[in-house]
Amino acid sequence: MNTAIDIRGLRKSFGSQTVLGGIDLSVAAGSIFALLGPNGAGKTTLINILATLSLPDAGTASVAGHDVVRDARGVRGAISLTGQYAAVDEVLTGEEVLRMMARLNGYTPVAGRTRSSELLARFELTDAARKLVKTYSGGMRRRLDLAISLLANPAVIFLDEPTTGLDTRSRQSLWEIINGLAAGGTTVFLTTQYLEEADVLADRIGVINEGVIVAEGTAAELKARIGGDVVELRDASDELVREIPTDGTVHGLRAAIDQLDALAVPGTHVSIRKPSLDDVFLALTAHDSQLESNLEGARS
Amino acid sequence: MTVTLAPKRPATVLTTNAVFVGRSIRHTLRNVDALIMAMVLPVMLMLLFVFVFGGAIEPGGDYVNYVVPGIILLCAGFGAASTAVDVAGDMTNGIIDRFRTMPIQGSAVLTGHVVASLLRNLLATGVVIVVALLVGFRPTANPLEWLAAIAMVALYILAITALYVAIGLAARSAEAANGFGFILLFLPYLSSAFVPTSTMPSWLQWISDNQPITPVIESIRSLLTGTEMGNSGILALGWCVLIIVIAAVWGTTLFRRKAARR
Repeated sequence: MNTAIDIRGLRKSFGSQTVLGGIDLSVAAGSIFALLGPNGAGKTTLINILATLSLPDAGTASVAGHDVVRDARGVRGAISLTGQYAAVDEVLTGEEVLRMMARLNGYTPVAGRTRSSELLARFELTDAARKLVKTYSGGMRRRLDLAISLLANPAVIFLDEPTTGLDTRSRQSLWEIINGLAAGGTTVFLTTQYLEEADVLADRIGVINEGVIVAEGTAAELKARIGGDVVELRDASDELVREIPTDGTVHGLRAAIDQLDALAVPGTHVSIRKPSLDDVFLALTAHDSQLESNLEGARS
Repeated sequence: MTVTLAPKRPATVLTTNAVFVGRSIRHTLRNVDALIMAMVLPVMLMLLFVFVFGGAIEPGGDYVNYVVPGIILLCAGFGAASTAVDVAGDMTNGIIDRFRTMPIQGSAVLTGHVVASLLRNLLATGVVIVVALLVGFRPTANPLEWLAAIAMVALYILAITALYVAIGLAARSAEAANGFGFILLFLPYLSSAFVPTSTMPSWLQWISDNQPITPVIESIRSLLTGTEMGNSGILALGWCVLIIVIAAVWGTTLFRRKAARR
């Protein structure tokens, strides 16, 4: 299996604030990797380092075989970055933007036109091709932004929160496109705050919190990490009062119910369900003392 | 569906610069309101000075020949000011990050803005001159003097645009760039643009005589209407080159710092 992205011991601080506290990751070529984490976890900082916008303080990273510090130009020739905010010229038309970016990517004017038309068709923007970008919806902008990223036929695409702020339909249409990219052999490295997005799209998921990867694996592996069932306590109107994850054993179940008893919270009925990725996420990023000490250990 | 393959190598420096010049010109043309304002405002000011103030300043009625060079520079200032806003916008809205992650020369974004500003302001200058001719401007220049005058205007536009690019790079937002840029627009009023500096109080006269805009205006005035040139030409050239050098050094430092990997 070829490695498209290899990150070792990557650290980054801004002033006294540690943003990345030693990241180790490896992403296989042609796969989709989702970096999942809350705001401020260090997702954008990591993507900026990989896309040659920022320099790490320590550690190494290579993208498509090029070192991000020593061979930035090599990296730039192999990647595309779609930032958190669709950065496209508002006063140009979609067609003009694509043709311009095609020229910057080294296409001749004629080849640039052809390629632009292909991409506009592929991203369902042909009807809007001659309209100014400022009239585009959020979803259309993201699609145009992605189309720009594809002009260079990059080996690796970085997508920083590609669907933040989009409605469900636009989100699903972007998911299809992202899946299509990976099917075509492109490595996709995306960040997201949405568990569902990581669950649906990614071959592997890295959970990042406060600059540290707290878990990494497939969605199934992550779900397995939390072990067994979740005990839920609901009140008379079926509102969730409390939920407690268990390790799936009888002992664990009894401990959870004892805990509910000890809390003495009002509730009428108890049920047991399978864990969701949300549970994994909350369990991994919660500010409990166990996790804090793990993080301290990872930082030092 | 056929798929056109991506080229093996990115655009050359020349192509990159040409693309960004084209981009900035398109931006200018799309921003119709700003383009019209850049032409209408100087024309309005000229008409105001010629027909409203002109009678009081110079009762003989020859004021139009005096004021046109000043209006041309005022106009260049207005037109170039938007460069600061455009540059600040590009630097802060994330678009520069996309260019920076491409294997191209990122500073070409700025070249685009400078060339577009030059073309935009030469066009506005042309409009001002045509309207001036209609309201009685009677230059005495021969073709060579016209050419020299236009070259002087172009050099001044370059200088002030370079300064606005640096201001745009220094500003934290497009709005801030707009505010900073406003200060420069006052300089023509404190020069010989509208009245001879000899009519000003002595302390102000000293400022007016020794600021860059006065020699530029005096040399254009001399080339177009045959007034005394003196050392205005040399001073004007010197000032413009000095401003361009300062702006280029300042701008390059700022761009390097802003586009540097942190």
